[in-house]
Amino acid sequence: MTTSALDPPVKGPTFHPVALSRRIKNAIATSAFVAAFVIALIPLVWVLYIVIEKGWHAVIKSGWWFNCGWLISRGCWSSLQGVLPQSFAGGISHALYGTIVQSGIAAVMAIPLGLMAGIFLVEYGRGRLARVTTFMVDVLAGVPSIVAALFIFSLWIATLGFPQSAFAVSLALVLLMLPVVVRSTEEMLKLVPDELREASYALGIPKWKTIARIVVPTALPGIISGVLLSIARVIGETAPVLVLVGYARSINFDVFDGNMASLPLLIYTELVNPQPAGQMRVWGAALTLIVVVAFLMVLAAVATRLLTRKR
Amino acid sequence: MALQPEISGTPRVPSAAAAPAGVETSLMPDQLEIKKPPTSIGGGTGRLGDRLFKAIATAAGLTIVIAIALIAIFLLVKAVPSLRANEANFFTSAKFSTTDAHHLAFGIRDLFMVTVLSSVFALAIAVPLAIGIALFLTHYAPARLSRPFSLMVDLLAAVPSIIFGLWGIFVLAPKLQPIATFLNTHLGNSYLSHSRFLGWLFFLFKDGNVSLAGGGTIFTAGIVLAVMILPIITAVSREVFRQTPMPHIEAAQALGATKWEVVRMTVLPYGRSGVIAASMLGLGRALGETVAVLIILRSAAQPGHWSLFDGGYTFASKIASAAAEFSAPLPTGAYIAAGFVLFALTFVVNATARFIAGGKVNG
Repeated sequence: MTTSALDPPVKGPTFHPVALSRRIKNAIATSAFVAAFVIALIPLVWVLYIVIEKGWHAVIKSGWWFNCGWLISRGCWSSLQGVLPQSFAGGISHALYGTIVQSGIAAVMAIPLGLMAGIFLVEYGRGRLARVTTFMVDVLAGVPSIVAALFIFSLWIATLGFPQSAFAVSLALVLLMLPVVVRSTEEMLKLVPDELREASYALGIPKWKTIARIVVPTALPGIISGVLLSIARVIGETAPVLVLVGYARSINFDVFDGNMASLPLLIYTELVNPQPAGQMRVWGAALTLIVVVAFLMVLAAVATRLLTRKR
Repeated sequence: MALQPEISGTPRVPSAAAAPAGVETSLMPDQLEIKKPPTSIGGGTGRLGDRLFKAIATAAGLTIVIAIALIAIFLLVKAVPSLRANEANFFTSAKFSTTDAHHLAFGIRDLFMVTVLSSVFALAIAVPLAIGIALFLTHYAPARLSRPFSLMVDLLAAVPSIIFGLWGIFVLAPKLQPIATFLNTHLGNSYLSHSRFLGWLFFLFKDGNVSLAGGGTIFTAGIVLAVMILPIITAVSREVFRQTPMPHIEAAQALGATKWEVVRMTVLPYGRSGVIAASMLGLGRALGETVAVLIILRSAAQPGHWSLFDGGYTFASKIASAAAEFSAPLPTGAYIAAGFVLFALTFVVNATARFIAGGKVNG
């Protein structure tokens, strides 16, 4: 104490303003980060603008979504059957049907499997199998869609001898959906407070019933939204449809055999059509695909909102 | 994944809300308590329902493990006969001729070059941008806007890749052509690149094996890939940056650091491993991207020489381009062999990402 009192008094202000160079660096960093964000928005806005601008002509045309006016004799499902490359007629109902069927079948297979795997990881996940499974889910999330398609090709078509079909596409889509479903289930189940589980056990309810009646319903809004987003994600996958099914110009109701169109496949096929009608169809189908994805995402948001509010 | 679904039913504890997409416990000790998996009290009662339910759940987990094993096995089994019949060296040949089933001659050198060059180029663009965006979202943007802004970046991941391909070749490529021509003439073909000293450094901008007109080059494909992998790198980096311990930040602030210095001294070092892991995940995506690259890249008659203005095929786009002719087993096996290499490549890249992050990173 005494020594410090004898110290010479401090001369001059002790508080220096921040040096100019540091302020300049700070300003540069701030503007660089803001610029990075703005740059990221450019492609998003640009892509959406281009697709809407080039696609809306086709999409609002009568018969685009549901085509009954064209060749009544072939029924409402004829779509592009018999349409010449240079004439813009018909619609995409056959492709939209194919997209919905293929991803629908995939969802029917992937959701129970992914849900149970997520339950296994969170509720029973002990020991080596759980660790291996977690790792394999990560690996599966990184498997490129073309590799998943090749695998299904060599298993389903080359080894088991089934024909190319929409079902084969669905199998490949299952592989792509699974990790997303497992992950979102896992994350949502982890957020269910342990007190809920404990309260249920205290009432003497068996573990499986606790999971099925208490844990999963609590996490349900999040799981549903995760599932819808996973569907939105695989719906535009092109690699599996290129490898596993051929293009058809009208609706095919046989899921296990024959060619079936889907929106990405329609886009890819019409790309080689040099006529303006082909270009219109390409961008129209692109816009349709974006509308479908956007619809699923809005549905995911709405589902979460509604289910949460009810409780 | 693209969008973290909204959590509901439970009150959002701030720390728990930050945890979902985060990096596992071993990375950050202060998260230990939160990330601990829910205890399985009770552990089942041995009743039939319990045993059955557990068996089903375990089987579902096992299915995924088996699926991965089957992918590797089946690709290998279908590839081996073609590799045996191959008349060229699989690793060093740039040819890929499978039209004559009796004289297969295929090698992956050119595919490997195009794949790696386009992906690394994409990464070089995307990583700095993604770090900037993640920092902006976590530490610069107003708290109320941070979430909607994050969603906007995530929306990029929701756009199907074929649409990015259409945009890339029909809209972006013509706009990029003057830039490509400029780089080619001033960096690839000027006195700089012809000087004996360090001239080789400009190999990236040398004349490629396809015409610059039309823009079907690795340059265009790489930029489109960068846009496509931006959301995942941003999302993972964002979650890591968000978990920077508050005491670190406050300590730096107390020392009088400016905002940039706070970021440089606390956020960046803390998030480094996460950013590396995020980049590897992005690399894995870029390596396997199929249809956008297939639409954009122009096929080339000559093998490439590591120029950004080369064309050609990546592993994925080569397989997809030949998919219509998968009928005879031997030629198909050649493509499956290429697919196996791609699988191995992405496996290594993704496993490295998990390893670096010391656990699980969501993506």
